[in-house]
Amino acid sequence: MNVHHAHERRRRARGAQLMIALVLGLLAAAFFRIQVLGSDAWELRATSNRIRQLSLPAPRGIIYDRNGDILVDNVPGYAITLLPGPLDEARETLERMSAYVEMSEERIERVLATLRRYGREVVVDADADFETVSALEERRAEFPGLYLEMRPRRRYLLGEAAGHVLGYVGEITAEELASPSFAADLYRQGMVVGKNGIENEYEQQLQGRQGLRYLEFDARGHIVGDFGGARTDPGESGQDLHLNLDMELQAWIHSIFPDSMAGAVVALDPADGGVLALYSAPSYDPNEFVGGISTDLWASLTADEGNPLYDRSVLGLYAPASTWKLATAGIALDLGVVTPDEFMAVPCNGSFTFGARSYRCHLAEGHGFNNLAQAIGNSCDVYFYQLGLRITLDELLRRSTEIGFSQRCGIDLPQESQGIFPAERAFWERRFGYAPREGEVLNLAIGQGPNSQTPLKMAQFYLAIASDGSAPTPALAQGANEGEGWSLDLAPEHLESLRDGLRAVTAPGGTAHIRTSLEYWEVLGKTGTGEHAESQAGTAPPHAWFAGMAGPFGGPPEIVVVVIVEYGQSGSSVASPIMSKTADFYLRKKYDIPFDTVQTYLEHIQRGPVPAWYRERYPTNAGSR
Amino acid sequence: MTRLLEKWAVDPPLVFAIFAMTLFGIAMIYSAGVVHIPNAVTQDAWVKQAAWFAIALVAFTVLARVPLRWIEWVAVPSYVVGVLLLAITLVIGTGAGTAIGVKSWIRIGGFGFQPSEFAKIATILMLARVLSQRKEPLTSLRDLLLPSVLVGLPLALIMLQPDLGTALAFGGILFAILFWAGTPVALLLLVASPGVGLVLSFDTRIWSAYIVGVVAFLYLYRYRLFLFESVAVVLANVAAGTISRPLWESLKPYQQNRILVFLDPEVDARGAGYQVIQSKVAVGSGGLTGQGFTLGPQKRYDFLPEQHTDFIFSVVGEELGFLGTMAAILGFAFILTRLVRMAEESPDPFAGLVLLGILGAWLVHIFVNVGMTVGVVPITGIPLPFVSYGGTFLLMSWVAVAIAVRVAHER
Repeated sequence: MNVHHAHERRRRARGAQLMIALVLGLLAAAFFRIQVLGSDAWELRATSNRIRQLSLPAPRGIIYDRNGDILVDNVPGYAITLLPGPLDEARETLERMSAYVEMSEERIERVLATLRRYGREVVVDADADFETVSALEERRAEFPGLYLEMRPRRRYLLGEAAGHVLGYVGEITAEELASPSFAADLYRQGMVVGKNGIENEYEQQLQGRQGLRYLEFDARGHIVGDFGGARTDPGESGQDLHLNLDMELQAWIHSIFPDSMAGAVVALDPADGGVLALYSAPSYDPNEFVGGISTDLWASLTADEGNPLYDRSVLGLYAPASTWKLATAGIALDLGVVTPDEFMAVPCNGSFTFGARSYRCHLAEGHGFNNLAQAIGNSCDVYFYQLGLRITLDELLRRSTEIGFSQRCGIDLPQESQGIFPAERAFWERRFGYAPREGEVLNLAIGQGPNSQTPLKMAQFYLAIASDGSAPTPALAQGANEGEGWSLDLAPEHLESLRDGLRAVTAPGGTAHIRTSLEYWEVLGKTGTGEHAESQAGTAPPHAWFAGMAGPFGGPPEIVVVVIVEYGQSGSSVASPIMSKTADFYLRKKYDIPFDTVQTYLEHIQRGPVPAWYRERYPTNAGSR
Repeated sequence: MTRLLEKWAVDPPLVFAIFAMTLFGIAMIYSAGVVHIPNAVTQDAWVKQAAWFAIALVAFTVLARVPLRWIEWVAVPSYVVGVLLLAITLVIGTGAGTAIGVKSWIRIGGFGFQPSEFAKIATILMLARVLSQRKEPLTSLRDLLLPSVLVGLPLALIMLQPDLGTALAFGGILFAILFWAGTPVALLLLVASPGVGLVLSFDTRIWSAYIVGVVAFLYLYRYRLFLFESVAVVLANVAAGTISRPLWESLKPYQQNRILVFLDPEVDARGAGYQVIQSKVAVGSGGLTGQGFTLGPQKRYDFLPEQHTDFIFSVVGEELGFLGTMAAILGFAFILTRLVRMAEESPDPFAGLVLLGILGAWLVHIFVNVGMTVGVVPITGIPLPFVSYGGTFLLMSWVAVAIAVRVAHER
């Protein structure tokens, strides 16, 4: 058989034609399926391929202080966004970009992973500076897929002075997106939300609604123009927020608080519980968090032993120490177990023996016989030991719990610590594994023992003393005080007795006199020396408290200020001047009196002679230190 | 004038069809350059292609007048030169354009060419030369040994570049020429069976059934084969099934990705699947009548990958629609069947084998290139004859046309 015979050739030619028909027929069928049967779906896909819906961030609401001054606003910022495209190209773009924007290999991988996972734009740098953006813009062609846009950038005008109370903003996390507090129809991946403080508490109000714009792109990510087929939705700006805070007061506190020390200052307005200032030291600058905090800074903030991220004003729990004696006194007066003028059976000779134990007074030589006001003025522990015994342990636990020392204040912040105070004897068994001895009441009566309170809680308590015995819930935002607040249920004359005690502290001879006496205002207050584990072991000084109030002479107090300085040794030397200078600043501003940085009596006499106002007020005492 | 043209073309139906196809290609390359953000390379590609076309026509005019015996004589030396060039390419070769990582080009001064294109024609001539000597069909595996080695040598060298697309074309050449040399289809299927087995081995049950089928087929076919040949086929199939996993693991991730993406482009829509998806979007949105010449938005906005070379047919699909793609496929059908017709009519065994070799190469190019734009075939860098942009390839394709018309018409 000759394979090249004409007959054989014809047979094989038919086979070859069949093969051609099969192969090309298969191709034709594939094109028919895609182009004729599936055309609509592909056409839609082609359109969405070119048109990209990009979010248009709405500016967050402005935050104002009580005088209408801006605390937090928005300034134009720049964001660098990477649009979805082929991964290789995206990687090249990012790698080339790292010459202009600091980007680690790890960061590049993360951006690419997000791009792969969501298939939509990824914000590479939410807070690029102008120079970087212009450098990239000039070399647009080298960076396919990059989209540079202006977006509002949060600005905190007080910086470090109001870090904790205002909080900061950051990109929404996957967990936040999934949580019910972020409404699904409002929040999208990549949005900026309040992370802490006021920014977080009033997130819903401040956020506004994100808009949309439709841009036509080519595959290289070059913008062709706005897409005519759909209209831009500008979104809605967030609502503004007005706070009770006094911006200048907050800044003033930041400037007078000892630099190297930690602590907190709370200033409240007795009229409505409005928070005039809420300060925690050390602090941080929320501006550093905008657009993502740098890894280095975050590491240094979290590693810092001073714990600058911790808001001591509402989270810090401290033994209230002698500032608590006012609570003991109030309860005793209310129970009728003591009258203001009465002396205790045992005079103070430096210690008090109860059972087999001796309980010391802070003054070794003793205070002798004291009435209530004198006992507060001298902070006499022996008087309060006996007062505690008169109240009895059970009654002290019941009344203190009733007043609310184991509850939160309910301030409008996302976080607040609950005070610790035993509600019943079982507390000791649960916590320490033993039944409380009757002697526990002695410790509790002077503010030690299992009693920890936040500076904010103590401020609320002193607010009640400053007014009619009731204290509204402290509120940062204007019109926010909806909580019931609490009431001491004390008769007006009893409150007056307590205030007389506080007056004795700042009167000539009182522990805080020289550092709290002011030209224009009457200052009342109580020092406190908060013992803690380290101070009891003798390795560190105790915490210094000063809780006080001030106002024009003869009138009710118009500001309540509580100060705690960690390891501050004594309330009178470190904490009390912060309180009086804070009150002076606020009241001078309120009454339009020119401001002076030399405020307290001590400051005056350190710089010159005894001031005339002091001579007038205390003619016999002038010159005392 | 008409007579003169016919005389020039030697085989007017084939040559004028291919002439039209080349013009169509230049038009599509022009369109591929019409994009929203112009790029100097793609914008002027059509001019370069037109210039290469002019050179190709000169080459055609000259080569179409070379006597058949000269062509027959040159087969052996050109094959040797072709294989040597491929070997040299592995050492001094460079990548180009879209396949920058592949060593498939030799550059001398500003001029570059792909030795594999030359080797393709040389191999066709060599195979045809060897097989035209025998008159009886190739019926045993032993008969297939020499042709397989002759193709296997350049094919292996090309796989080392690596250039899978061109290597596939060599497979097409081998099977088409063996077929025309009278090898029974059943035997060709047996030769191809280990390759099929390799693919099917991803699932043990399917592969087991397949092996049973191969054995049954061998039993039915037993009187045509030596026993050792049957055993060899079975062993080759078993070996293919065994090495498939190590082979898969030896692939580079991007190669594995291409295969996975072929099965489902959406598994990696932003990565390896991007090209297929964008191409399908372009072709699909073309619909029945297309977006209009030069007006395809996918192309204009640069969503199409390699749109003037490997994915030129996606531009055809987007801009000319189903009518355009069918016209192009019918054009190729005409060209290919014309080659078969010429082989059928040529009494010279060498001529028939050469024509079928050219057919085999082109059929693979067309199937793989057009198929990948709609996801029928995995993405392989392989150009579409006469349409894709590429100077050497166009020139060598026209050299093949010249040889085809010469061998077919020498009486």
